[in-house]
Amino acid sequence: MKPAPFEYAAPNTLGEALSVLSDNDPDEVKILAGGQSLMPLLNMRLARPEILLDLTRVEELDYLREVDGGLAIGAMTTKRAVEESPAVRERNPLFWQATALIGHPQIRNRGTVGGSMVQADPAAEYPAAAVATDVELVARGPSGERVIAADDFFVTYLTTSLEPGEILTEVRVPDLPPGTGWSIQELARRHGDFAIVGAVATLRIESGRCADPRLVVFGATDRARRQPEAEAAVAGQTPDAALFEAAGAKAAESLEDPTQDVHASAEYRRDLVRVMCGRALGEAARRAGGAAS
Amino acid sequence: MTAARQIRVRVNGEEYDAVVDPRLTLADFLRQELGLTGTHVGCEHGVCGVCNVLVDGRSVRSCLMLAVQVDGLEVETVESLAEGEKLHPIQEAFMDEHGLQCGFCTPGFMMSIKELLDRNPSPGDDEIMDVLGGSICRCTGYTGILRAVHSAAAKMGGGG
Repeated sequence: MKPAPFEYAAPNTLGEALSVLSDNDPDEVKILAGGQSLMPLLNMRLARPEILLDLTRVEELDYLREVDGGLAIGAMTTKRAVEESPAVRERNPLFWQATALIGHPQIRNRGTVGGSMVQADPAAEYPAAAVATDVELVARGPSGERVIAADDFFVTYLTTSLEPGEILTEVRVPDLPPGTGWSIQELARRHGDFAIVGAVATLRIESGRCADPRLVVFGATDRARRQPEAEAAVAGQTPDAALFEAAGAKAAESLEDPTQDVHASAEYRRDLVRVMCGRALGEAARRAGGAAS
Repeated sequence: MTAARQIRVRVNGEEYDAVVDPRLTLADFLRQELGLTGTHVGCEHGVCGVCNVLVDGRSVRSCLMLAVQVDGLEVETVESLAEGEKLHPIQEAFMDEHGLQCGFCTPGFMMSIKELLDRNPSPGDDEIMDVLGGSICRCTGYTGILRAVHSAAAKMGGGG
């Protein structure tokens, strides 16, 4: 089994990579990052690009820097580098934990931070962590650079708001604010699989009450989405198990168009949303120092 | 048509110059061009882990890399483990602890375990299981392999 023939471009600089896009019909170019999603599609010939633009040798996109208020991670940085970074673990432990849940070490050794973001798999961990923690995505294109909020970046199934001539260059991961409790929960049939449904929660406890709760569901619909109704049900309330169970039920109730596929029925996913959200909020509250279970 | 590319790669300590079609996977390159058939090919889409090899010391799916991508890099396959008739401690440990039956998945497991033990001479069960989770074994199950990792760690001087 091998991919259908393609022209192969492996530039050394971002500028050259952008030229490959601008000199060709960008619809006929597929960008290869770590290859852990695209290579299977190529091997099975589900993707048959005219040109494969391999960014592996673009070293300027492989970095992990501590900057004021967070981390700047080059799009071609591997997940393993993130996982092995004490700075990530300390500054945004949620993003670190999301990384550790992705695939297996053999996948994380090649898979990149930018690749997962651009792939925009609705069941992937990174988009959910990104939406929950105000990650920003930096894209470079023919008209220069732009910064896109995670919530505007992910559009729907496998679709982002990147323009055809653009390349994702950097992922900006803010520090979790002091006192923030966090959790990422998911159900997968096997270790390392994509989640059937998952939930991410962050919150703080102020004067014994939940402050600034964030709740994001992934795997259940077309993309990772915040759950405003469940968040509103939690905000300002005293953290306890019943509150979080009720918030989970609200998230399940308000879920629109849950995915139905070979892995799970829509109704099962809806029920998992309830369970995962309840657990995520509970763990986040515990980590924030609240008494909730 | 795709233009063939010249690559230079070090495989198991030996330098190779080769001309490859860009669509050739690393797994097929190792097996078909270099005759290193110890690396097995299973699902060919990154799920089963039988084709795991080390690239610059890191375990990767060789079915999910192109041969052109290892130009200038160092690849290690299962053939690098034994020295002549002398088995590597990981291989001995698999034998001692019943870590294999049919052996199809074994090369992929061994290369992942080599990366693990090279980086952490005495890993705990959680860390080991995270690595083993990246390969599928359909006959032995995993407890013998888990024991083999601890045994290999001990043989190699770690606490295991």
